[in-house]
Amino acid sequence: MGGEFTEEADMEVLPSMWPEDIGSEARKQFNMEQPGANRDMLEDVTIKEDPSVVDFKRLLELTNYSEKGSSQLTYLVKHWEYRHTNAVRLLNEELNILSKQRQEVELKKLEILEEHRFEDDKHAGSKRPVSILEEACDVWGRVPRKRNDVAAYNRNLDIDAEYDTAMYWKQRALQLEKMLQETIKREDALMQKLLENIKNLETQSSPVEELSQILKRADNFLHFILQTAPVVIGHQDKELRYRFIYNHFPRLEEEDIIGKTDEEIFSGAGVKEIQDFKREVLERGSPAKREIKFDTPLFGSKTFLIYVEPVFSKAGDTIGVNYMGMDVTDQVARRERMAKLREEIAVQKAKETELNKTIHITEETMRAKQMLATMSHEIRSPLTGVVGMAEILGTTKLDREQRQLLDVMLSSGDLVLQLINDILDLSKVESGAMKLEDTKFRPREVVRHVLQTAAASLKKELMLEGHVADDVPVEVIGDVLRIRQILTNLISNAIKFTHEGKVGINLHAVSKQCPGCQERHNQGLTAALQSTRLAKENSSETQSYIDRESSHCSTCQNNLDQNSTEKHHLTNEDTEKHNQQYEKIVWLRCEVYDTGIGIPEKALPSLFKKYMQASADHARKYGGTGLGLAICKQLVELMGGNLTVTSKEHCGSTFTFVLPCKVPSKRENSDDHDENEAISDSEITADSSSDEINGSFVFKPLTRGTLFSSDGSMVCKTKLFGSSMLDALHISNGLSESDSYSSNDCTSRKRLSSDRVSAISDAKKMQAEPKGPAQQSLGHNVNDFGRINKRDEGCQDSTNGFVMHKFDSSIMDSSRTQRNTGLQQGKMASSERANMAESVKSLPTCQSPTHEKEDTCMSDGSSFKILLVEDNKINVMVAQSMMRQLGHRIDVVNNGLEAIRALQRSHYDLIFMDVCMPVMDGMQATRLIRSFEENGYWDASVTNGNDHTMTSSDSLTHGPDAGQSRKRIPIIAMTANSLAESAADCLANGMDSFVSKPVTFQNLKQCLKQYLPC
Amino acid sequence: MEVAHLQRRFIDLTTTLFQQGILDNQFIQLQQLQDESNPNFVHEVVSLFFQDSEKLLNELSRILDHQIVDFKIVDAHVHQFKGSSASIGAQRIKDVCIAFRSCCEENNRDGCIRCLQQVKQEYCLVKSNLEDLFRLEKQILAAGGSIPTMQ
Repeated sequence: MGGEFTEEADMEVLPSMWPEDIGSEARKQFNMEQPGANRDMLEDVTIKEDPSVVDFKRLLELTNYSEKGSSQLTYLVKHWEYRHTNAVRLLNEELNILSKQRQEVELKKLEILEEHRFEDDKHAGSKRPVSILEEACDVWGRVPRKRNDVAAYNRNLDIDAEYDTAMYWKQRALQLEKMLQETIKREDALMQKLLENIKNLETQSSPVEELSQILKRADNFLHFILQTAPVVIGHQDKELRYRFIYNHFPRLEEEDIIGKTDEEIFSGAGVKEIQDFKREVLERGSPAKREIKFDTPLFGSKTFLIYVEPVFSKAGDTIGVNYMGMDVTDQVARRERMAKLREEIAVQKAKETELNKTIHITEETMRAKQMLATMSHEIRSPLTGVVGMAEILGTTKLDREQRQLLDVMLSSGDLVLQLINDILDLSKVESGAMKLEDTKFRPREVVRHVLQTAAASLKKELMLEGHVADDVPVEVIGDVLRIRQILTNLISNAIKFTHEGKVGINLHAVSKQCPGCQERHNQGLTAALQSTRLAKENSSETQSYIDRESSHCSTCQNNLDQNSTEKHHLTNEDTEKHNQQYEKIVWLRCEVYDTGIGIPEKALPSLFKKYMQASADHARKYGGTGLGLAICKQLVELMGGNLTVTSKEHCGSTFTFVLPCKVPSKRENSDDHDENEAISDSEITADSSSDEINGSFVFKPLTRGTLFSSDGSMVCKTKLFGSSMLDALHISNGLSESDSYSSNDCTSRKRLSSDRVSAISDAKKMQAEPKGPAQQSLGHNVNDFGRINKRDEGCQDSTNGFVMHKFDSSIMDSSRTQRNTGLQQGKMASSERANMAESVKSLPTCQSPTHEKEDTCMSDGSSFKILLVEDNKINVMVAQSMMRQLGHRIDVVNNGLEAIRALQRSHYDLIFMDVCMPVMDGMQATRLIRSFEENGYWDASVTNGNDHTMTSSDSLTHGPDAGQSRKRIPIIAMTANSLAESAADCLANGMDSFVSKPVTFQNLKQCLKQYLPC
Repeated sequence: MEVAHLQRRFIDLTTTLFQQGILDNQFIQLQQLQDESNPNFVHEVVSLFFQDSEKLLNELSRILDHQIVDFKIVDAHVHQFKGSSASIGAQRIKDVCIAFRSCCEENNRDGCIRCLQQVKQEYCLVKSNLEDLFRLEKQILAAGGSIPTMQ
């Protein structure tokens, strides 16, 4: 029973007193004390030992020497000490409690002994030294006894024997004795246990064991956390040799890594970088992060974020680095994608704003262009007035200084006009308003005209040549005006930049498929031709002159022969193939070459740009707007061709354009074949007059005395001739030629005669002029000044109306824009020749031309007969009224065709021609009239089908006044200043001048004054 | 007094017409062409202009009423109109005609219709003003005065 009690007491006291949780509390962070629970937790996390490869020795060293290691150790040791002091304290407390209990029990025993002295004396006497005399009893005597009391009370209840009997006391004493002994025994046991415990603690829980346990736990935990993380953790020593590495996906065995450096292990991109980076950290002694891209054969292309921190020894020296790397390849890729996207968005945005800006600029530009066009248009009308007035001023009597000023004024005016026309042309092309008009034309004619034009206004000693290859069709369809514009532009450019040598045009057909070979062939051909020609010209001048004359005759004949058999010619030779192959389209290649200053290579790219010239220097030296080539290029491209240039500095340039032209279909050809033949007859004879040999023309330098050569290039003057000798030569030439005239072949008679006649007319002039102011004009001729004026005076003073007319037009021509001048002059010249031819024909009837003209002049002196061609009733009314006030008779017709009919019916001194009219416009009418004047035939288009009343004129109209009617009638255009009827076009179509609508009294008066004498 | 008043009104009206750009110097040209041998010249011309213009305007309205328009014909008519208006010095009509023609060139039917409206307005303006002018002229002559000459 008692034993039970003590056991019970033992159980009661001990568990509550024993510091069961101490260790566990302190070690909870490592979960060291309850391995069971931890094991459970880690059971499903099978930890592989492989990933970490440890150099244990090094680890030991690390823990021993590195600062971190020692601090960690210190911490662990401190912790361990704390735990043990705690345990000691608790054990001491327990000990105290036990001693107290013992004291209590002894006290109780003493009480009982005092009560039963007699009985207990033996017992008490024997027990006293042991229990009571102990010092400790005194110390613990003051401890409260409540608990003991209770215990004592309780125990008292347990005694069964009769109270206060000896038996009872005996029993009780024995009982207490037993209890005491038990307590002592227990005390001993506890003492022993305590000792044992202390001993146990001292022996078993050595710090190393515990530390290693802790480390192992930490290691496990690290593994648990890191086992799937894409990280590599490592430690490298001072030499960057691996001492430790943790890698979840090891590719290499331990021995491959430990003790080696990165560079020894890996190869490829990034390895060097990481090595350097680590070294840098090592040197700087501060941790750093860096992203490094690897591309190694071992693990491919990956990006790692590397964290490296230095490890210091206790002394503060770096002894190695810890590093941690994380695979961030995906993140980097994503980031890069994001960056790229962001960049793209930015670019997109920039583009958008750029586009908006461009759109804005474009709109602005368009507006500006429109504005420019409008302004130019508005400027042109008054400017034509200014220039016109200046021209008229030029016809009045001026002294030399005034003349000079006027010349400057005129040329400036012309320049501005030219510029404005160019701008208008350009804006027309650019805005797409430029419309091409397809007309049938003869390329040979165009080339000849352009050259003639250029020759007429040529002020330099240049050779102008032209060559049209045989393979160029006689007629093609295209916008002849524009083609002529391009050619004229290029030629005048060439002349402008050429100071000596030659300028020329080559025209030939090319197959578009292979323009190269064709071109080479043709070039060879022309080269050959040129060389022969040059050789010829190098020989003595007179000789060549005669040569040419004779060859001229024969070619004429040849031409005529060819002409009559032209049809055969065309169908029999390879031209037929050509026609079949390109029934619709023929590509014409035209080269305009010169031996001028050339174009520097670096200027070539900007050559065709607007307002660009080869250099500012050139612009100063040669003037010009810089629009010409731009217009040419745009026009050529508009027609579906292209314009290119090759040039060599100081040697010359060649501008080449290739144009598609339609060839009139055969059916069409055969349709008006008769007319064609008739026309080509006359035209080819006309061609032959200008040195034509197989479609080649040469215009030789005309230096002085344009006065005498207004009839084109027929009278060839060279520097070899002194101007004083000139006249005599002319006269003699003319005479001798007229002698030989009768002996010429009849077929070529007409054209040839005209040639000679022009010479005669020159001679006549020479004869006539010395009477009047011609002397003056000769004088001026030498210094080349006041040319126009004197000629004008000559004409005014002269009674020869014919000559006068001629002068009038030439005044106008020479002062007009140069482009049109020569053409005009050429045309006029030929018409003059025609006139003379007619008159010469009538010479045998003893009617001198001078006489005849004088008559007409006299008869028309008081009032002139004027034809107004105008479809607008109001305009007619106004003009009519104005004319009436000016005292002129005026006939009115409503369109071009009616005008031609009126011309066929009667004679007019002047025609005012509206440009834009129904049925037939003014341009066409003028062309037809000029053609009639030149050839004596009305063009097929007038006679053919347009009007049945005209059929009679199919055959030559040689009325009594035929000669008279074929005098060149001044035709004045009335333009509305709209784009389609530019002044240049008017002049190019054979008009003499223009007045802008609405016509004013002043305009009209001036015009009449200019074109009608008296 | 009456005559002087009428004459002043005449001058005022003419000046306004010039200032507003309804007429330009061409009209003065017309006036200068008028003399004893041709006393009604301006009136004749202007009447002809009215006749002609109304015909043209009607024709233009008719053409532009259709959905499919032959712009060449329209252009020809406008050209006519432009010519005659320029001849009598109806400057503003002429200006609208220029715009009208560029619409034709662009084959812009809406633009043409707009221009037609504009040109009609301008025409009405010119017509009423010139009629006023002629009425004044008549009144002046009836009152025994002479037509004041411009400039």
